[in-house]
Amino acid sequence: MGKMMNIKKAVAYVFLSLLAFLCLFFFYCLIINATRSHPEISKGFSFIPGKSFGSNLYNVLHNKNLPVIYGIVNSLLIAGSSAALAVYVSALTAYAIHAYEFKLRNVVYLFIVLIMMIPNQVTTLGFLRLINRMGLMDSFVPLILPSMAAPVVFYFMVSYFESNLPLEIIESARIDGSHEFYTFNTIVIPIVKPALAVQGIFAFVASWNNYFVPSLVLKSNAKKTLPILIAQLRSADFLKFDMGQVYMLITIAIVPVAIIYLCLSKFIIGGVTAGSVKG
Amino acid sequence: MIPFFSTYFIFSFIPLVNTFYNSLFENYRSGLTQIGPNFVGLQNYISIFQSDLLKYLGNTMILWIIGFIPQIIISLILAVWFADFRLRLKGSSFFKTIIYMPNVIMAASFAMLFFALFSDDGPMNNLLINLGILNSPFRFLATVWGTRGLIGLMNFMMWFGNTTILLMAAILGVDSSLFEAASIDGAKSLQIFTKITMPTIKPIFIYVLITSLIGGLQMFDVPQVLTNAKGSPDRTSTTLIMFLNNHLYSKNYGMAGALSVILFVITAALSLVVFFVLTGAGKRRGGK
Repeated sequence: MGKMMNIKKAVAYVFLSLLAFLCLFFFYCLIINATRSHPEISKGFSFIPGKSFGSNLYNVLHNKNLPVIYGIVNSLLIAGSSAALAVYVSALTAYAIHAYEFKLRNVVYLFIVLIMMIPNQVTTLGFLRLINRMGLMDSFVPLILPSMAAPVVFYFMVSYFESNLPLEIIESARIDGSHEFYTFNTIVIPIVKPALAVQGIFAFVASWNNYFVPSLVLKSNAKKTLPILIAQLRSADFLKFDMGQVYMLITIAIVPVAIIYLCLSKFIIGGVTAGSVKG
Repeated sequence: MIPFFSTYFIFSFIPLVNTFYNSLFENYRSGLTQIGPNFVGLQNYISIFQSDLLKYLGNTMILWIIGFIPQIIISLILAVWFADFRLRLKGSSFFKTIIYMPNVIMAASFAMLFFALFSDDGPMNNLLINLGILNSPFRFLATVWGTRGLIGLMNFMMWFGNTTILLMAAILGVDSSLFEAASIDGAKSLQIFTKITMPTIKPIFIYVLITSLIGGLQMFDVPQVLTNAKGSPDRTSTTLIMFLNNHLYSKNYGMAGALSVILFVITAALSLVVFFVLTGAGKRRGGK
């Protein structure tokens, strides 16, 4: 039995290492190529990093055809504010469901859980026509405001409140004369901070990576976000491009998120299960 | 509460109704002339079925299956290993971190990366030739199955970590005395898997299956960027959402509306299945 176990263990390790290699290999190629100049890249692949990291970075940031700096700022702005709004408003809603007894409570809860699954692509047509009529085409507002209603964050927060926020705390705050909003901001928020942070990161990443809706809403060059720029790079005549810059732009889009992820992976992986699986 | 619902109402509910409404009108541009909107009833639905809808539905399903089959098999194996109390794998949190990482990567840039790496004289061909595996460059993106395979590979990489973590949580939620009792009674690993693990995690398994299917139907970023919105070669990798995107882009609102409604009906039906599976599974918790 012990020997069998060891063999099984060895197989498991080999298999896991292969998968880990698969996951890391492409990013390794990416980073290597981001440090090499165009002639070096076209000569062939190498496993040793080149010395052109700085010049690639400089070139891509000052590329006249691609507003990369705007792209970074726009992506940060949109993703940051929609994450903050999504987390705050959805948590507030979850708190309302958790802390108050009212007639439609269960109906509201069921409704939100049901709409959670509907993909936003199916409402995009109406959405585009609506913002067109509101005169919000080519603006950030339609990309930020709708994230306030984040059913997934709501669902997660309700489960989290149920297991981590005893109603007695809220009641004692009420007895002490605390306003409802004051209670939420100063008592509830600190208790659920870790959960909010995880959901905030998920919301940030989702918005940072979003391509479908922004590509239909944003038209002018100075307003485009990073995914749109990358798609634009793809549709441009590929061979004329400095490949060092192409790899560098992909690096810019990927690496910040990857670093945040690696720093917080423990919480994020915990959040994956807590958020999605609960009967 | 009020901001949540008013936002939801304005930005999701009104658009949804408007989408349904639009699907009943003829409304498109032909050259410079705007045609419609004229009420045409269900005509849009008929014409969308007569266009390439079924082909694109087939493409979407094929792309999903290519990614999903290896994903679910490998995820199940990994989940069982990670959760196995006798195996005691070291560094499992390290591996979990690595395999989940592709999930947070921007799909558009991931596709662009694959496009660059697998282009005709790109690094992958270069590497395969240097290793002596290939004699001449293999044109991945010029063949139907090369392109589909790459899209499937990307979807697999992006989602198998996520699936592994979900299934592992489900297995860990099973009372461990069940496993102990079975192994004392001399059950083989395979027997434990088919007789205990699978039946107990079935609700989560169905949840994973259907949410993945819903996600698969929404597949857009990866094929869109990889094939430059063309679904090349010969539209064999055009997905439903790419089709929708084309109609939205060309402002053919009637067709886009009909397509959206069809997608809505499919996903709503699938979501209801998930909902009943999860609530029907009793109040037993699958997660932590």
